[in-house]
Amino acid sequence: MNLATRDIRHNLGRFTLTTLGVGMLLMIVMGMGGIYRGIIEDATLLADRIGADLWIVQRKTRGPFAEISRVPPNLVHRALAVPGVQRAREFAYHTVQRERRGKPLRIAVLGLSWPTDKGHWIPLTAGRPLAQAHFEMIADKSLGLSLGEKVNLGKETYTVVGITSSMISSSGDGIGFFTVADAQAIQFDIPGEAVRLERASREARGLRTELTAKQPALLENVYRPAAELPQIARPQVSAVMVSVASPADLERVANVISGWGDVSVFTQEQQRQLLLRGTVEKVRRQIGLFRVLLTIIAAVIMALILYTLTLDKIHSIALLKLIGAPNSTILGLILQQALVLGAMGYGIAYLLGQRVFPNFPRRVILTDADLLQLAAIVLAISFISSLLGIWKALKVSPNEALS
Amino acid sequence: MTVLAAPENSPTFAIETRQLTKVYGAGNIEVVAMRNATMQVRCGEVVALLGPSGSGKSTFLTAVGLINPPTTGQVYIGGQLVHDGPAAYGNLRTFRRRHIGFIFQKSNLIPFLTAVENVQIALQLNGASHHAARRRSLELLDYLGVGDRADNLPAALSGGQQQRVAVARALANRPGVILADEPTAALDGQRGRQVMELFAQVAHEQQAGVIVVTHDHRSLDVFDTIYEMEDGAMQRQQHRNQ
Repeated sequence: MNLATRDIRHNLGRFTLTTLGVGMLLMIVMGMGGIYRGIIEDATLLADRIGADLWIVQRKTRGPFAEISRVPPNLVHRALAVPGVQRAREFAYHTVQRERRGKPLRIAVLGLSWPTDKGHWIPLTAGRPLAQAHFEMIADKSLGLSLGEKVNLGKETYTVVGITSSMISSSGDGIGFFTVADAQAIQFDIPGEAVRLERASREARGLRTELTAKQPALLENVYRPAAELPQIARPQVSAVMVSVASPADLERVANVISGWGDVSVFTQEQQRQLLLRGTVEKVRRQIGLFRVLLTIIAAVIMALILYTLTLDKIHSIALLKLIGAPNSTILGLILQQALVLGAMGYGIAYLLGQRVFPNFPRRVILTDADLLQLAAIVLAISFISSLLGIWKALKVSPNEALS
Repeated sequence: MTVLAAPENSPTFAIETRQLTKVYGAGNIEVVAMRNATMQVRCGEVVALLGPSGSGKSTFLTAVGLINPPTTGQVYIGGQLVHDGPAAYGNLRTFRRRHIGFIFQKSNLIPFLTAVENVQIALQLNGASHHAARRRSLELLDYLGVGDRADNLPAALSGGQQQRVAVARALANRPGVILADEPTAALDGQRGRQVMELFAQVAHEQQAGVIVVTHDHRSLDVFDTIYEMEDGAMQRQQHRNQ
């Protein structure tokens, strides 16, 4: 005769509510683990998926994900000249915030090196990669943009031609993929009045030089677009990504580039570690510690619940002892209930989580390894938290059945 | 009657106590709850234990029931020394399970088990199989007139029905000793007498020694021997054959 199931059957309503409570608590523990995993995944997503073997960044900076990095776009050609380099691409990356239907719209703007990179590596759920050098974008679905939607950024209008999913920046913003030129146009967009003031300033500077006094026609240049002036450099990019021909070339190419005085170079794994140890380190640790705390709290709450359930049965336990029930019977009663409570709580946590977590603003990733780990933790919690109840039950004297 | 068949090789005395003394506390706050209580209960004998509240009846019953060890004195069950002072011989819980049946003033059924399960558990704890235990439990409940309530939880039974289920549980393992502490307190006169007569029947048919603590003087004619306790001391008052 299984006493644990008989007791549960007798107090089904209360046990169900208790299990639901434990389940919701475990769902929070599970969710914290998922948020922790999501932060790591989001932080390293770009570095992992973009497929660059080496990242060339501004000298003594840690790359575009950690801080501002500026390198000249012609660095691409210098990199391509290094033996062993198969491909070099510009990388422009920054975040903008605009208004859309009265709500803030934050886009992590990522520039693709047109025409070598049209975004074929991006996993699309709808639409297509970029097909022209300007005015097209691929949007992560978390941005809430629909296929074919027009978005005004800077002075231009961009059409959403592709939708992707789970492409999130380390700060949780959805990524919008543009060509590098468009990404820079969005980044360096300045109002018309500022352009007019700059041109007036150029003219004033020109009037003060001897050269324009001798050749007044030079002053006509001040009204031409900046991109047409050879004296003004092209806007800089955030980094240059390099793919090597074979893994054997990686170290050699990195050694060559690290010898250049104006840049630093990182491997993909180094960039990944910089992201984990830099940008998201504090958040990661905070969530991790919070998860540990929640696990301890869950253990304490489960111990109190099981202790209370044992106290409710103390008279029955004394009676069982009186009629000669061995300790194993009483221990089994409490331990089995603890395991049923833990197992059902875990099941409820998982089922609720499947429905609730997709509605969270940031990704909650439940990996099989994490779920198995939590199952083992719940098993251990159930066992440990039942010890208090078992201790109380074993201490009860059969005399108490007579009181 | 097979339901109440006697165990084989019954000893002469089902219960024997020698000079049982129980002292609670120590030093200046010592309280002597029982002093030199001696009793012999033959197999098949039904004994009533009378006495005012606080006279030591329950202390004596718990000492004989191997729940509350005496400070000094010996307890023999079925001719076997079980307690010599606080020292116990053997596993008391196993001994209780095999040899002693308890009935209390309140029915003391396990609330989350049905009537039949409350009887069945005593049998299963003693090694009976599920089917054998259920069959005997239903036989006992039928015998005690509550077979039709076998699948009801205790909360759905009247006080009298609960008490009969408790009696069935006490009888389930055919114990050599039955200890009852005011078992008829919650019953009306007629039911109370029926229960007392049942004890006598069980004692005689099963050759068990039965001690019943009672205040119910109307049923004293049922008992073979009557003892009375006062201030912790035991006195034999009357024997039916004397």
